[in-house]
Amino acid sequence: MTTTTQASPVPSRWARFRDSYLVYSFKRDLVAQVCLATFVAMVLAAVLAPWLAPMNPYDLAQIDIMASELPPFWIDGSDPTYVLGTDAQGRDLLSTILYGARVSLIIGFGAVILQAMLGVTFGLLAGYLGGRVDAFLMRLADIQLSFSTLMVAIIVGAVIKASFGGAIYSEYAVIILVLIIGLAEWPQYARTVRASVLAERSKEYVDAARVMGFRAKRIMFRHILPNTLSPIFVISTVQIANAIISEAALSFLGLGMPETQPSLGSLIKSGFDYLQSGSWWITLIPGAVLVVLVLVINLLGDWLRDVMNPRLYKG
Amino acid sequence: MTQVKARSAPQAASAQAGDTLVEIRNLEKHFPLSGDFLEQLRFKGGRLVRRQEFVHAINGVDIDVRRGESLCVVGESGCGKSTVARMVMGLLRPSGGEIRYDGERIDHLSPRQLLPYRRRMQMIFQNPYASLNPRMTIQQTLEEPLRFHHPDWKTPQVRDKVAEVMDSVGIDPEWGKRFGHEFSGGQRQRIAIARALAVDPEFIVADEPISALDVSIQAQVLNLLMDAQETHHLTYLFITHDLAVVEHFGTRVVVMYLGRVCEVAETHTLFSTPRHPYTQALLSAIPRLEDDRPDYIRLEGEVPTPVNLPSGCVFHGRCPHANDRCRREVPELIAAEGTRVACHGVEEGRL
Repeated sequence: MTTTTQASPVPSRWARFRDSYLVYSFKRDLVAQVCLATFVAMVLAAVLAPWLAPMNPYDLAQIDIMASELPPFWIDGSDPTYVLGTDAQGRDLLSTILYGARVSLIIGFGAVILQAMLGVTFGLLAGYLGGRVDAFLMRLADIQLSFSTLMVAIIVGAVIKASFGGAIYSEYAVIILVLIIGLAEWPQYARTVRASVLAERSKEYVDAARVMGFRAKRIMFRHILPNTLSPIFVISTVQIANAIISEAALSFLGLGMPETQPSLGSLIKSGFDYLQSGSWWITLIPGAVLVVLVLVINLLGDWLRDVMNPRLYKG
Repeated sequence: MTQVKARSAPQAASAQAGDTLVEIRNLEKHFPLSGDFLEQLRFKGGRLVRRQEFVHAINGVDIDVRRGESLCVVGESGCGKSTVARMVMGLLRPSGGEIRYDGERIDHLSPRQLLPYRRRMQMIFQNPYASLNPRMTIQQTLEEPLRFHHPDWKTPQVRDKVAEVMDSVGIDPEWGKRFGHEFSGGQRQRIAIARALAVDPEFIVADEPISALDVSIQAQVLNLLMDAQETHHLTYLFITHDLAVVEHFGTRVVVMYLGRVCEVAETHTLFSTPRHPYTQALLSAIPRLEDDRPDYIRLEGEVPTPVNLPSGCVFHGRCPHANDRCRREVPELIAAEGTRVACHGVEEGRL
């Protein structure tokens, strides 16, 4: 009885991870590898923007208005200092995209962290406590879901902008956008988490924890939550892409990041006015970066969902 | 190793018999079947009528668990054995009746008030594949209750205690770093037993602890439970549907049918002279090698639905000896020659 398991040594956490199905499937999926590499490269480039970028687009002293609307290097009339050309204000497009991607990613991750905290807490409460708490929180989620995210964001953004003025709005734009997008999308998390909690709650290890006398908070966060992490992980990837898109859409509508500290969305918008006059690169290059960023995140999310789907693989 | 130890009869009988540890009085549990308020409304004869339906899982159960005994509760699926166990442990709230532990009423206590009792009573579950948290190592699973109930204990003391209980259930303490899914069913059940023993309880509710195990492992786990009873002076409330297990393990037996107790007796009394017609039918279903046994009693029909309980004795529809009184009157548990039986036939001397 005891001989079989005694022989093999206890594997370390790293060895466990290395031998997991996740890593196994990653090693065999070229799309996932390319996507992860692209994603990591983009995140690194954005995080290291102050060191990588040739100039600082927030620093007005470095901007030369005479060098505005210069084309990228492969078109005649370009200036070799500005590899990807310049925008209408004479900012180096490469630097602005790097800084803009940083803003977009900060807002995307920030909003998703906020959504996850709200959604996971509400989902755990609704699923574990059940009854009236469940009914109340889920109706709240239903009401919230019946409004489109963008509509809520536009209304809230417009109200804040009107009541505090554009200057304050610009100053706190990142925080306001994180709050708006974060608050608008928590029901996605709450519903997913609630569904998994309902499945986990009926398992005997939860009863065992209750018999031990552990309090509801401990059972919810220490026992049930770790067992619902896979679906949370999967929707997080999709939600980051969604949040980045939402931010870009809001910025495009003029309710997002101001011109002085542009995100990818506001960069696209600022170039939009010059699209017809021939300076297409101001819009299209940040647009392509946004598309690639969102695409790799979504493809990674798809891959994760396939790998972590218990119906395809039971771990 | 796989042979079941014979329970030494004198030892079991001498275990401070008589002193009642858990007292269950007139326990009832109904589960609502008709959803929330809006779903209960029905349109009947031009009027809105509110209609509520319940599953009557437990209908007035009286059980005494004496200190030091292994009380087995048997009955077919859906007779409410597990529901009784879960109510005793406070996992379900009774709809009526009382549960007393060591003289104190515990069925209406809040989780916080129940805390002192959590160390004294523990539970072992049916499915060892679900009763261990898949994200926790064995060490964490066993340490958590100790740290929770003994906040003043230092880490080495907790470690020592964990190693001690793991050793006592035959699990190598070296395996603590592993996760539950790396073990076999029998090993997992040993770990679940270790978790229950970690807080040094005196009373253990075991809800079909060996039904999910491989037959070759069942005897090992059963022996482990009996050893633990001797070393820790435990009292068991043992839920099972396996009569062979009852015969070896139980000191007394409670037979349940449709949420009611039919018969309570010492194990050997019950197996040699079953009084209740249901018990007789149940025991006659055990395959025997001897040929001199009475024939298998064939019960007609099915267990009635617990939604609309039969009037009178719950067993009357399938009982070959039922008369008018059985259809009208609910039988009480009455003492009859060393056993307690809920049957009008036995009371009247017909059976």
